[in-house]
Amino acid sequence: MKPSEPKTATLKPRGRQGWEERTLSPALEHRPDRSHSFTTVSSEPIERLYTPEDLEGGDAGDRIGYPGEPPYTRGVYPTMYRGRLWTMRQFAGFGTARDTNLRFRYLLDHGQTGLSVAFDLPTLMGRDSDDALAEGEVGREGVVIDTLADMETLFEGIPLGTVSTSMTINAPAAVLFAMYLTVAEKQGVGFETLDGTVQNDILKEYIAQKEWIYPPTPSMRLITDMIAFCSSRVPRWNTVSISGYHIREAGSTAIQELAFTLADGIAYVQAGIDAGLDPDEFAPRLSFFFNSHNDFFEEIAKLRAARRLWCGIMRERFGARTERASMLRTHVQTAGCSLTAQQPYNNVVRVTLQALAAVLGGTQSLHTNALDETLALPSEDAARLALRTQQIIAEESGVVNSVDPLGGSYFVEALTDRMESGARDYIRRIDEMGGMIAAIEAGFPQREITDAAYLYQQQTESGEKTIVGINRYTEGKDRRLDVLRIGAEVERDQLDRLAQVRRERDGRRHERAIRDLKATARSKENLMPSILEAVRAYASVGEISATLKTVFGSYVEDKVVL
Amino acid sequence: MSTAPAVRLLVGKVGLDGHDRGAKIIARSLRDAGFEVIYTGLHQTPEMVVATALQEDVDGIGLSILSGAHNTIFPKIVELLRARGASDIIVFGGGIIPDEDKAGLTSVGIKGLFTPGTSSQDVVAWVRANVPSRRR
Repeated sequence: MKPSEPKTATLKPRGRQGWEERTLSPALEHRPDRSHSFTTVSSEPIERLYTPEDLEGGDAGDRIGYPGEPPYTRGVYPTMYRGRLWTMRQFAGFGTARDTNLRFRYLLDHGQTGLSVAFDLPTLMGRDSDDALAEGEVGREGVVIDTLADMETLFEGIPLGTVSTSMTINAPAAVLFAMYLTVAEKQGVGFETLDGTVQNDILKEYIAQKEWIYPPTPSMRLITDMIAFCSSRVPRWNTVSISGYHIREAGSTAIQELAFTLADGIAYVQAGIDAGLDPDEFAPRLSFFFNSHNDFFEEIAKLRAARRLWCGIMRERFGARTERASMLRTHVQTAGCSLTAQQPYNNVVRVTLQALAAVLGGTQSLHTNALDETLALPSEDAARLALRTQQIIAEESGVVNSVDPLGGSYFVEALTDRMESGARDYIRRIDEMGGMIAAIEAGFPQREITDAAYLYQQQTESGEKTIVGINRYTEGKDRRLDVLRIGAEVERDQLDRLAQVRRERDGRRHERAIRDLKATARSKENLMPSILEAVRAYASVGEISATLKTVFGSYVEDKVVL
Repeated sequence: MSTAPAVRLLVGKVGLDGHDRGAKIIARSLRDAGFEVIYTGLHQTPEMVVATALQEDVDGIGLSILSGAHNTIFPKIVELLRARGASDIIVFGGGIIPDEDKAGLTSVGIKGLFTPGTSSQDVVAWVRANVPSRRR
């Protein structure tokens, strides 16, 4: 028997309005919404329901395109994870080079597919272990590297021709990169086969992470010198990893992260063009690095919008002709700032959701945080569990089977559009200020982030936003975790080692290299060859940075935004 | 209403650590709660913090550090204050401070320690109760 359509329904308005009158209104009378507004973690308002009416033209089809084709909304590769899974790249580094070398070998033995080096704070700031400000910091937040001797130990037994290595280093990036090249040279591995990334993103340091050495202009020269050097000598190396991660960790919203990161990218491409380089040549070696925070769909939408925006920027603003120059390839790390010291096992669940969002957003590479990272650097067990989280998503969940599985979802597409338009507004404002360096000098991104961080803190303290274990479902006492401790002997041993290198190196060669470096810094020549020679002469990170500082000057943050 | 002088506070970031999200939120929360707050900015040495504290005649110093160097830096500041005859300035701190480090820091004279997840209002309440004005 064929059921007859109820007559009343046909008389009412069709579409969404009809549904609202027919079904929603009575339901709301019976059970109102739990809250008068629903928002993302970044306070973007979210509607009850998304329908074709929320999409321009009623369909996302044309604007999202196909995977592997501009504008890359659906992914940069046509087969995505069916062809190759993302690179599981766990950031690691602590103690001495020997300590971290052992962790690297352990991670490679457990199925990790790329290395990612975390340096200690003095190294990140271009200072040696015996610098007064390094006291108490040596080997504590990452591995300590003072000279080439440490870099040789760090990669002992790891053939650099067969791994890809990411180095999170910014202000002194050229020095650490030169050390890596020199280790490869000693291993007999040609520069042209090396595969990896240096973060080398100084602009987000001024904006968010605050690990700077020189002022913006000479810092940008160091970056364009590296880009030029790599274009001809190390063609597979990713020269800048344009990073939103730290911007988000400093408290930005998702849209701010997206906008400021792409605006930084615009500044690097412009600097390369101004230095006489061809964007079709160097832009394919720029990669990105985003955060994956708690709000699942917002993060997916952010990554999809990032690809579409960057494609437009490269083609329209910079006239890129090749497809590779307009592809946004990205690494993602789950949000360290979302983890809690209270009930630390909850962090495993947060990391899983954030990692899943990164995968559904189409990342090329992923770091999952360990559950104990609000307390210390990860213990071996916590680091393994973080890696296993990725392996379970990749090999058990089935989310990898289809490309961009959420593509076409009314909600995800509408949110992707929202991320895109929000970021466009910010980029326009930054353009009007004269670009990102001018905006930084005016304190603009810093102020926006500080305000967003303060707002979020107020929202969590008022209970408007929930953090399980902090403002809801709290418990008195937390289970104690065994965390990694860095002993005082690390600093002592490293000071001995540095003194030994200084004693044993060829003093004349070292002196000549430092003199030559200073002369190059004063000229317009590319700095990389002089930095390489200084590194080969076992000049330390601190000595090289101090030499450049005599020419370039030091950066001082003069506008502290509260 | 009493007319007690406003309590003056220095919020300091010591060492190379650039994580200033927490320090800035605490500084702003204390300011919004009615305290006079001076923020040092980044990359201060213990000597610089103590010099600023004395110059600004503060009643308390709140130190923020997330890099793990607290066991070196916090005691040094207390020591320098003592050497300059300013032991009555209350020193408190926040950051990633493992439980097992707390006793040691308390024994050298750090009066309050705040770890991740602390509400800024708890810090405000603690300062109200524990940092008196030195100018009376």
